[in-house]
Amino acid sequence: MNRIVGKETFSDKVVKFEVEAPLIAKSRRAGHFVIVRVGRKGERVPYTIAAADPEKGTITLVIQRVGKSSEKMCQLEVGDYITDMVGPLGKATHIEHFGTVICAGGGVGVAPMLPIIEAMKNAGNRVISVLAARTKELIILEEQVSRNSDEVIIMTDDGSYGEKGLITTGVEKVIQREKVDLCVTIGPAIMMKFVSQLTKKYDVPTVASLNTIMVDGTGMCGACRVTVGGKTRFVCIDGPEFDAHQVDFDEMLMRLKAYN
Amino acid sequence: MMNEYLQAERAQEWREALRKSMKNKDRTAIPRVKMPEVDPEVRSHTYDEVNLGLTEAMAVNESHRCLDCVDPTCITGCPVEINIPKFIKNIERGEFLEAAKALKETSALPAVCGRVCPQERQCESQCFYTLKLKKESIAIGHLERFAADYERLSGHISVPPTAPTNGTKIAVVGSGPAGLAFAGDMVKLGYDVTVFEALHELGGVLRYGIPEFRLPNDIVDIEIDGLKKMGVKFETNCIVGKTISQEDLREEGYKGIFIGSGAGLPNFMNIPGENLIGIMSCNEYLTRVNLMQAADPESDTPVYQGKMVAVIGGGNTAMDAVRTARRLGAERAMIVYRRSEEEMPARVEEIKHAREEGIEFYTLHNPLRYEGDERGRVQRMLLQRMELGEPDQSGRRRPIAIQGDTIWLEVDEVIVSVGVSPNPLIPQTFSGMEVTSWGTIVVNNDTMQTADDMIFAGGDIVRGGATVILAMGDGRKAARAMDEHLKSRQ
Repeated sequence: MNRIVGKETFSDKVVKFEVEAPLIAKSRRAGHFVIVRVGRKGERVPYTIAAADPEKGTITLVIQRVGKSSEKMCQLEVGDYITDMVGPLGKATHIEHFGTVICAGGGVGVAPMLPIIEAMKNAGNRVISVLAARTKELIILEEQVSRNSDEVIIMTDDGSYGEKGLITTGVEKVIQREKVDLCVTIGPAIMMKFVSQLTKKYDVPTVASLNTIMVDGTGMCGACRVTVGGKTRFVCIDGPEFDAHQVDFDEMLMRLKAYN
Repeated sequence: MMNEYLQAERAQEWREALRKSMKNKDRTAIPRVKMPEVDPEVRSHTYDEVNLGLTEAMAVNESHRCLDCVDPTCITGCPVEINIPKFIKNIERGEFLEAAKALKETSALPAVCGRVCPQERQCESQCFYTLKLKKESIAIGHLERFAADYERLSGHISVPPTAPTNGTKIAVVGSGPAGLAFAGDMVKLGYDVTVFEALHELGGVLRYGIPEFRLPNDIVDIEIDGLKKMGVKFETNCIVGKTISQEDLREEGYKGIFIGSGAGLPNFMNIPGENLIGIMSCNEYLTRVNLMQAADPESDTPVYQGKMVAVIGGGNTAMDAVRTARRLGAERAMIVYRRSEEEMPARVEEIKHAREEGIEFYTLHNPLRYEGDERGRVQRMLLQRMELGEPDQSGRRRPIAIQGDTIWLEVDEVIVSVGVSPNPLIPQTFSGMEVTSWGTIVVNNDTMQTADDMIFAGGDIVRGGATVILAMGDGRKAARAMDEHLKSRQ
């Protein structure tokens, strides 16, 4: 059982939790995720870790209400316990000095992007963060992202904040302006698909962090399988990050609707 | 030493008296007991256990058949070396609780083994009746289950004696049959044992894999409770190699590690259309239903409840999956297997039960590809007809495609049960061990010790895919060897 020690509401849809998990806080690295289960009849759901405080023994999760399980989670309050939490799972992000790195995060995907932005910056990269959302109130963690980025570009679909347009517009502007060595993208599958198509056109190596349906999260079930470079891979143990240009996003989008 | 112990037990007065109480001719004239079962039509709609268990009268009658042999060859067929005549003769004299105690001398999970062991290939295959009389063996498995169930229902559950604690900390990775058997033996020897489990429930494959109609979850709970009472500690939601590292364990003073992390990586066939919606591994299907209770309307975890379900494979897991599909409402629940029924690795009893429940068998058929609808849901599969050729390395006749002979089969759910590979988490995150190209951990077969002398391993992470009882046998062997190893270093 893991106690919730902090809760902050970013918007109607998006909630940030700080949860006691001392072992995970100590061992996790950027890119790792946890599996969470709320209630005895609850489902096992993966969430990427947004931050960790090893001294305090806590990790941070940012959760968007999208279905029954995330809704249940978002109803928990400070002092409540999460029934089960296990991790850190998946492979950590490969961090090195690439040169210039674009971190393209959409919606709630900005949360798991934050530790990657920090790690990329610490490794000496020039980090340009592109944050995108439908509207102003859905842009999250801007301040924390700014602290670790050389430049932040904000895109909203409705133009209520930053520039009007999709994330790809922001990414393309940077690629056309300067040499980019790597693009990392996290967000809705459809967004990552279009970012990937764009960067492929410009031959910019791109990594996408995939969030598929999972049950155990340890390689046991294969519910999370995706096709990467023509081969079936498991997001939970082979990922969650893959070479975006090799990912079959159409298949992934289809499989995400398996239980809808 | 083993033999001396067996002979001393056999020489006890009550055993001698029992042997004299009935002529062997009369014993061998008794026909083997039949396990009472729920009617197939009734049971294919419920999750209740199929086998009902023997009554006291049936068990005692069956126990008369056992000749209490001087050389009990049956024991050689048991990976955990249960003193089989001792427990059976206790049943014969009506001391059912004593029978259960005899089981617990060497088996950490008697109620489980009495249900899921392939006895016909183990103890019962080495029974005097099978070997010499060419008759049906003593129903050792049914009697084992009877004794274990009797004790459980009596409310007088015995806790096996344990040695005074020696304070030496031992870590066990995985709470499946290998880990539980190892933990049970080590705690008896006085070690301070902690079992780390990745999932939120204990039992490993006993929990997520084997369905409740074969092994009710309550039975698993009670066996694990027994280990807790003996002093074994359990930590769920803890992945060794991820949540805590090999180094963490050393720093926390663990002097020995046993790895029983299982074969948790499902194989797929890598044929076109296999990632369509509605096609999944048997592990995913059974985990949803067994561990996550997805068939319960109150459970948040969904599961497909197809009407035309094909299960690919011929092993026990395939039988579990297809019979589960039937219970979840499949009108057609089908086994698709590339060889003939004779080559099926599943237990005879499982195949029989499946047939009785209306499972259809597409033997000598092999999937070539799947096709789906516009939403990506599987609709039909193309099957290649096969015939049997010469025996292959496994000794089974090799299936050969009959060129041009294919059929389409309509399906709305497919469960792929073509084997599992070892879980890569431990081999990836541990150092100092030798790992094969298959991903299994290399051990000394006599001791289960790995290249790192403080780490032992057993079960499917070593074997690549075997049975509950072989995993338990590995656990026992490893416990004995680790105990000797640790004592020799003092």
